[in-house]
Amino acid sequence: MAEKKLMKGNEAIAEAAVRAGCRFYAGYPITPQNEIPEYMSWRLAEVGGHFVQSESEVAAINMVFGSAGAGGRAMTSSSSPGISLKQEGISYICGAEIPCVIINMVRSGPGLGGIQPAQCDYFQATKGGGHGDYRMLVYAPSSVQECVDLMYTSFDKAEKYRLPVMILGDGMLGQIMEAVSLPPMRDLNTIPKKKWATTGEGFGDTRRIINSLYIVPDELEAMNIKLQNIYDSMAVNETLVEEYLVDDADIILTAYGTVGRIAKSAVDILREQGVKAGLIRPITVYPFPTASFQKAASGKAKEFLAIELSMGQYIEDVKLSVEGKKPVRFFGRSGGNIMSPEDIVAFVTKENK
Amino acid sequence: MEKLIVAGFGGQGVLSLGQMIAYAAMYEDKAVTWLPSYGPEMRGGTANCSVIVDDVSVASPIIANPDCLIAMNKPSLDKFVDKVKKGGLILVNSSLISDKVARDDVTIIYIDANEIAHKIGNDKASNLVVLGVYIKASGLFEKDVMLSTIAKVFAAKPKFIPSNQAAFLAGYEM
Amino acid sequence: MSIVFEKTSFLTDTSMHYCPGCTHGIAHRLVAEALEELGVKGHVVGVAPVGCAVFAYNYFNCDMQQAAHGRAPAVATGIKLTDPDNIVFAYQGDGDLASIGIAEIIHAATRGTNITVIFINNAIYGMTGGQMAPTTLIGQKATTCVYGRNAETNGNPIKVCELLATLTGPSYIERVSLGDVKSVKQAKKAVLKAFQNQIDGKGFSFVEMLSSCPTNWHMTPTQATSFVSNEMQNMFPLGVFKEVE
Repeated sequence: MAEKKLMKGNEAIAEAAVRAGCRFYAGYPITPQNEIPEYMSWRLAEVGGHFVQSESEVAAINMVFGSAGAGGRAMTSSSSPGISLKQEGISYICGAEIPCVIINMVRSGPGLGGIQPAQCDYFQATKGGGHGDYRMLVYAPSSVQECVDLMYTSFDKAEKYRLPVMILGDGMLGQIMEAVSLPPMRDLNTIPKKKWATTGEGFGDTRRIINSLYIVPDELEAMNIKLQNIYDSMAVNETLVEEYLVDDADIILTAYGTVGRIAKSAVDILREQGVKAGLIRPITVYPFPTASFQKAASGKAKEFLAIELSMGQYIEDVKLSVEGKKPVRFFGRSGGNIMSPEDIVAFVTKENK
Repeated sequence: MEKLIVAGFGGQGVLSLGQMIAYAAMYEDKAVTWLPSYGPEMRGGTANCSVIVDDVSVASPIIANPDCLIAMNKPSLDKFVDKVKKGGLILVNSSLISDKVARDDVTIIYIDANEIAHKIGNDKASNLVVLGVYIKASGLFEKDVMLSTIAKVFAAKPKFIPSNQAAFLAGYEM
Repeated sequence: MSIVFEKTSFLTDTSMHYCPGCTHGIAHRLVAEALEELGVKGHVVGVAPVGCAVFAYNYFNCDMQQAAHGRAPAVATGIKLTDPDNIVFAYQGDGDLASIGIAEIIHAATRGTNITVIFINNAIYGMTGGQMAPTTLIGQKATTCVYGRNAETNGNPIKVCELLATLTGPSYIERVSLGDVKSVKQAKKAVLKAFQNQIDGKGFSFVEMLSSCPTNWHMTPTQATSFVSNEMQNMFPLGVFKEVE
C-alpha cells in the first residue's frame, strides 16, 4: 500500500486530480476552497499542465469548456456563490457534451451567505442548476480518502458519458485533514483518445465542432432525449451508496457527504442505547440510490430521518424514493451550523418518546 | 477513542498543535481527523481544531463533548469549558488565563506555557510545551513517538527540530 | 485551361446565412485566406461567438468551438493552453466582445495569451434585431434607442482598440475597415500579421474590423459601406494602436 499522507480535503482533491491526468485548471478565489487553486498553481506547473487564475468564475468555467473541448482533462472548483456564476457555462458544457470536473465546496447561503459548511446547493447540484434540461453525475464524498478515490475516477466517468462530473463537498470536507493513500500518477497515454475533440487536425469531413446550438426543434429534442438516455444508463451503472446496519433497523437515518459520517456516529450511539438505527448514505446524489430506499421502505424500517445542512432539500429525494410507504422526518441545521452525532441522537430519542 | 479540542488565539499555534497529534496518529497507523475552524475568526479572534484519534476509523469529525480541552486563552476556555465530558481533562495556559476552572469533575492542569517556552529560549513554542503536558497526561502516544513525529514534521527545516523537541520535553517533564 | 482564381479551402461549401451587403462574408474570407496562406492547415481551432456569426462553425473549414455570449476569449484560452502548437482564434461581434464579454477580452489581452481575436464592429446587435450596441454611434438609431443614441441616457460608445492598447499584455492591436476595397486590402494585411504573430509566439493579437449591417441600419449596401467609411471611421479611427516588435 502506498505511504499515507496527512492532507486537507481540498489539497487531496487537487493532488488526486493531477494524478488522474488533469492538466488544466482555471478558477477564482473563494472561501472555503482556496487550497485547491493554490495547490494547482504550483502542482500543474510541475507536471507540464496549465493553471489560470481567471478574471471571474464565468471565465474559469469557459476556459474549462475550451480546454476540455480540445480534449484535455480540465477542471475548476469554487464554492456556492461562485458555482452560481458558473451555471451558464455548465449548461453550455452539458449542451455541448464536454467531459470535465467541477468541485463545489459548499458554504451557507443564500446570497453572500456565510463561509461555514452547508449543503444548501443540493437542488442546484442534482436538479440541473443552470438553464435547460440537464443533469450531472454528482459525487458526495464524506472523507478525504473518498474525495481522492472519487476524484481519481471522475474524469473517466465524465469521458465515458461525455458530461461534467460534480464533486459536491462542503467547507468541512475541504478543511478537514485525514490520512490518505494516493493513487499512482496516471499515464496520459492510457487515456482514450477523443475523436470529437477539437485538436486542430480537422478539415473538411473530419472537422470537429463543439456546439450546443440546435436551431431545429426536432434536432434539439433528439439531443435532449439522448441526454436523458445517458442519465438513465448512468443510473444503472454509476449509482453508489453506503448502507450501514440497515437490515434490522427500525429507524433509517439518511444523509450524504460529511453529514453522512456524523449520522453514522449517531447510529452507533443509538445502537448502544438499544435503538435499532441504520444509515443510508448516498455517495452519488445524482443518480440517486432510489433502490436502497425502496428496499428499506418495503422492509422492516418503521421510519426514515433525513438529516441535512439545509432546510429541506435532500429530504425531497428521500421522500420520492420512499414513495409514501413510511414516514420521512426532517432534521436540519443551516447557516453554517453543524449538528453533532449527539444532536441527532437527542432528536431521535426525543421524537420517539 | 480520544476526542480533543485545541483552542486559542490565531498565532498561538493551536492548529499546528492539533496537527502534530494528527501526524503522530498517522505514523502510528491510527485513524485520525483534524478539523479546524476557519474564516474571519482566524484573524485575531479564536482559532480551534477538533482532533479525533481512534483505532480503526473515525466517523463524525464533530465533537460535542471532548475528552480533553486545551485552552490557550481565556475566550477559548469560556467557550468550551462546560463541554468537556465528566472525568475529562482540561489543560489551561495559565500564562494568559488567570481564572481557575470552576469544575470538580474533571482533571485540570495549569501550565505557565509562555514562561516555560521563554526559559528554554523558544518563545514561539508554547504550543509544543502544552503538547508535552498533554501527551504525558493522556498517555495517547509514547514520548519517543512524539519526538520522532516532531522530527518528521520539521524534516524540511531541520534546524527547528532540536528546539521544538526541547519545548515538547519541557512540557512532558513538567 | 488554368485556374486563375479559387475559393479559399479554409471556407466550407456551406452557403452563408448573412444578409445581402453584410461584411461578415468578407471578414470570414480574409481570415480563411490568411490561414491558408500561412500554411497552418491541420493545426487550427476557431471559436464562434453568439450573435450573427454564431454559425461561423459551419463556414470555417477547421475544428471549431461555439462559445457562450462573450466568452470566446476564455474558451480560446483553454484551447490554446491545452494545445499550444495550434493556431487558435476567436471571432466576435461588438455586443459579444465589447459588452457582455468585455471582462474576458480585457483579461485575455492583459495576460497576453497567444491567440488571435477578430472583432467585428458593426455598431449594432444584428442577430437579435437591431438593438443598441456598446459601439453604436451617438445619434445612431437602434430599436432600443429609437430617437438615436443619446450620451446622457444611453452612455457613450466604447473604443475597444484604444482601451486594449493601454494594457501591457497585447502584442498587436489594429483597427481596419471593410468599407471599401483599399481598406479591405489593408484589413487582409492586418489579419495576416495577427496570425503570423501567433505563429511567432508573440502573444495576444487583435484586429477590429469596422463592418456594415445594412439590414438593421435600414440602408442599402452602398449606403452602409459609405456609413462605415465616413461616420464610423470618424468615431473609430483606423490604424495600429499597439505593436510589439
